[in-house]
Amino acid sequence: MIELDSVKMSFGDRTLFQDVTLLLPEGSFHFLTGPSGAGKTTLLRLCSLQLRANHGRVRLLGQDTRGLDRDAIASFRRRIGVVHQDSRFVDHLTVAENVTLPLAVSGRSSDDPGDLSELMGWVGLGGVADRYPPELSGGERQRAALARAVILSPEIVLADEPTGNVDWEMSLKLLDLLIELNRLGKTVLCATHDLNLIRQAKSRIPARVLRIRDQGVSAGAEL
Amino acid sequence: MISFRTLLLGDGTANRVVPPSGFTAALTVVSSAAMAFLAVFAIALGLAASELATRWENELSGTATVRIPASGGEEMVQTEAVLTALRQTPGIAAVRVIEDHEQIALLAPWFGEGVPLDKLRLPTLIEVTETEIGPELDGLRLRLSAEAPGAVYDTHSRWRIPLVEAASRLRFLGVLSLCLIATVTAVTVALAAAASLAANGQVIDVLRLIGARDSWIAAAFTRRFTIRAFLGALGGVVLAMVTVAAIPGGVEAGVLSGLGFDGVEWLLPLLVPVLAAGLAFAATWVAARRRLSGVE
Repeated sequence: MIELDSVKMSFGDRTLFQDVTLLLPEGSFHFLTGPSGAGKTTLLRLCSLQLRANHGRVRLLGQDTRGLDRDAIASFRRRIGVVHQDSRFVDHLTVAENVTLPLAVSGRSSDDPGDLSELMGWVGLGGVADRYPPELSGGERQRAALARAVILSPEIVLADEPTGNVDWEMSLKLLDLLIELNRLGKTVLCATHDLNLIRQAKSRIPARVLRIRDQGVSAGAEL
Repeated sequence: MISFRTLLLGDGTANRVVPPSGFTAALTVVSSAAMAFLAVFAIALGLAASELATRWENELSGTATVRIPASGGEEMVQTEAVLTALRQTPGIAAVRVIEDHEQIALLAPWFGEGVPLDKLRLPTLIEVTETEIGPELDGLRLRLSAEAPGAVYDTHSRWRIPLVEAASRLRFLGVLSLCLIATVTAVTVALAAAASLAANGQVIDVLRLIGARDSWIAAAFTRRFTIRAFLGALGGVVLAMVTVAAIPGGVEAGVLSGLGFDGVEWLLPLLVPVLAAGLAFAATWVAARRRLSGVE
């Protein structure tokens, strides 16, 4: 599902990681952890095709992503839902319009209000659909971003510090949503500093932990 | 690839993705209106110059004037000789002596009414209408000088050609003005679009992240700027057409008498908003694709 083969990523003289080889099977749940600046976000950006590896190969959904043109990358991104710590929106569109934006850009209909209200209810944002993103709290923004990330029913969900700006209660709610997505068969990769969140998840699902350290990624790291 | 219909009409969300207001919107509308206003006048100028050049060319080509200087009683004899020579010359269709009252009318603007022709030593004037081929001028001039020493065969070319050239240059100036106006419009809209694209970097990042293709994003911006340019230009054209219609006509208006549109010519300015929209479309499309090439 997500496969990195001898991947090296560097910016100028600074090498974030090299010779990284990973295989995240379909339907798995992985946490990605490590110190700040180790390259967690960069690894997620590689997986969402926002960056290209300096060396090595990134395979997504069974396809080598090297040499993909911009349209093909756009098509891939419709199959990958991404949630960032500072999720950004189109601020002059309502929350509902932002959440359904992936439908619009992929040419699919967003005319069924039942589907949308069900999704908004699932993330607990039923009452804010007509509000604008700047009016939302941090937790509401993250849940709106999650709703937007999954509206096209992607096979992969990438979350970059999704609980970074919210309290513990909201973190648990977001974790619940990610776990629920995983139980629906989605492959989830979640970067986080929050060891308590990881412990909470591991107590409920067979989540695995990847740790970025010393320019490498170790699988099955102990907490 | 995005369809042409979608490019023009878009859909509900795509039409709202680009923020509806901002200084770039005002810049596009106002500059398009101003440029369209100027374009209409450039078209009117070009048409007027073209008409003037054609008129001068048609009215004065194919005619000539023979001038026989007053020579103390021999004018009648010389005039008859010249008339005979002219009638015998191939390439001349008709000749006619200009009557006294016509000469008085010609001199009236300078000397007033009632010029005493008998007290003035005025030359005799003969109006000559040439055939399409025209006479062989060197030979004709030699013969006329033999029949009436001092007679001049004047084809009016000395002042007709510079006038026609001036009118042609005026027409070229109109076309050049249109080209400059089109260039300035395209550059202004491109700058406005580039500014809008830069100001909406977050929107573009979000759209790319959720899987929007470059053509979809470019179309959203292009559509917005094309509509703004079209509406702005339409406003400018309407204002210019009202202004042109209000310009007084007739001889009293002097040089402005020809500045305007006749009949179907009034349809020409209506092409300006379409052209402005086309220019805005192309300029914004290029600016958007360039901006998007820098976004992952």
